[in-house]
Amino acid sequence: MSITIDNISKSYGGLSALKNISFDVKKGEIFGLIGPDGAGKTSLFRILTTLLLADEGKATVAGYDVVSDYKSIRNSVGYMPGRFSLYQDLTVEENLNFFATIFGTTLEENYDLIKDIYVQIEPFKSRRAGQLSGGMKQKLALSCALIHKPKVLFLDEPTTGVDPVSRKEFWEMLKRLQQKQMTILVSTPYMDEAALCDRIALIQDGRILEIDAPQAIVKHFPKRLYNVRADNMYGLIQSLRKYQHQYSIYPFGEFVHYTDQRAEFKKKELQLYLEGQGLNEISIEATAPTIEDTFMELAK
Amino acid sequence: MEDQSVIEVEGLTKSFGDFTAVNAISFGVKKGEIFGFLGANGAGKTTAIKMLIGISVPSAGKATVAGFDVSTQAESIKKNIGYMSQRFALYDDLTVKENITFFGGIYGLSRTRIKEKTAQLVEELNLHDVVNELVGALPLGWKQKISFSVALLHDPKIVFLDEPTGGVDPITRRQFWEMIYKTANNGTTLFVTTHYMDEAEYCDRVSIMVNGRIEALGTPKSLKAQFDTDSMNDVFLKLARG
Repeated sequence: MSITIDNISKSYGGLSALKNISFDVKKGEIFGLIGPDGAGKTSLFRILTTLLLADEGKATVAGYDVVSDYKSIRNSVGYMPGRFSLYQDLTVEENLNFFATIFGTTLEENYDLIKDIYVQIEPFKSRRAGQLSGGMKQKLALSCALIHKPKVLFLDEPTTGVDPVSRKEFWEMLKRLQQKQMTILVSTPYMDEAALCDRIALIQDGRILEIDAPQAIVKHFPKRLYNVRADNMYGLIQSLRKYQHQYSIYPFGEFVHYTDQRAEFKKKELQLYLEGQGLNEISIEATAPTIEDTFMELAK
Repeated sequence: MEDQSVIEVEGLTKSFGDFTAVNAISFGVKKGEIFGFLGANGAGKTTAIKMLIGISVPSAGKATVAGFDVSTQAESIKKNIGYMSQRFALYDDLTVKENITFFGGIYGLSRTRIKEKTAQLVEELNLHDVVNELVGALPLGWKQKISFSVALLHDPKIVFLDEPTGGVDPITRRQFWEMIYKTANNGTTLFVTTHYMDEAEYCDRVSIMVNGRIEALGTPKSLKAQFDTDSMNDVFLKLARG
């Protein structure tokens, strides 16, 4: 196991940030922590990277205990915090050389590992980090986190604030790092990125709701799900909420995701009800639940 | 929805030296519409919005917002629009009530009107228990709902929302979209900028900017059909990667 987490809890004053968290991450796995802001993702990252002490529980990273072997962990992990934490007034190249020197290595020694990423920012190597675009900063931060060839990589919301093109490229890079046997723990508030992980943990309010492969998580959704649409979205939501057989109603892009209380859903009946509410262009189709649907059902 | 335009843009252009950040864009937004304005980092979104809200003068072209010309009537535009972003929302070290009073004052509401609005918001958002709490102590979801309501205090015709639901949990996020639908249903126009394609799926129509131009404009459904895919993310990737 690359990471083991056993009953970790952490409170700040009276506020409980993590409650009895336990899971393991295998070597070479991309493991996703999926949850909103304030779920406890960053607290867990800080505990695993030895920057914060847990109140209770044990954890190991790359075989080392997070409390007693903290120095060994710091040499074996790469950490990309959620907030851009490189030196804004140093250039791209200076930042890389700085972090390489700290870890007693050089850019050349591990160039192979960061080459794919670094070539994309190399044209800007004499630009100050503070002057880079969001996508560029992210690539530089990843290069710096990789410079000492870590065994385990911690990425805290690496794609927040980054556009879809850069996000896609970033995930392609992670897949390439995985092929080099690196273990990656990555957090994101975006459910669509969850599908790109080998396994995910859904986390909210310091609790783990479910851990499984992304394709398996959606099987935990207990109901038949329907896409409902009509010409007036607000009217549709209001009408569905008043419908006596409704179990859950969530706007979902151009549709409302609807589940029914009854074992036997009567589509025609709902259609007639909505028509009676003055709605037009009604459609009701069965659809497959997404990770987000599952998350909402579990968080209820 | 009425077919009345509240934003009309024709050939709007902004150049910085020999770099054209916004290149002759044209579009219209209707009353009560939820309009998504999308683009990659650096595509020109921010520059375009700065012109629409009257804080940057166009190099060429024309635009009217809430009936006012962006080049000559910028001050009138500012009085008729609301703005909410995740980065700048409310003052953390003021209470909920103090924030409402402060922003009400900024928008020129009378004391009586501020009192009425405060009472109305407390009722609608069920803020009874937190109205005297510091905003900094509230969960993100609450802050977003309150800051959206604050952006509506002066009954603007158009509200600009900048990545309004990033980072919040999925349930709160949907409550927030319900507020947006309700606001649109009352005839206010919502202009949503985001580069999260799942937010785009909620809009009535979306435009996608690539290198200073609007390369696609339509309902999410029609754009997905046009690009032969089932997600806005793929539409975006196909456009941006050429």
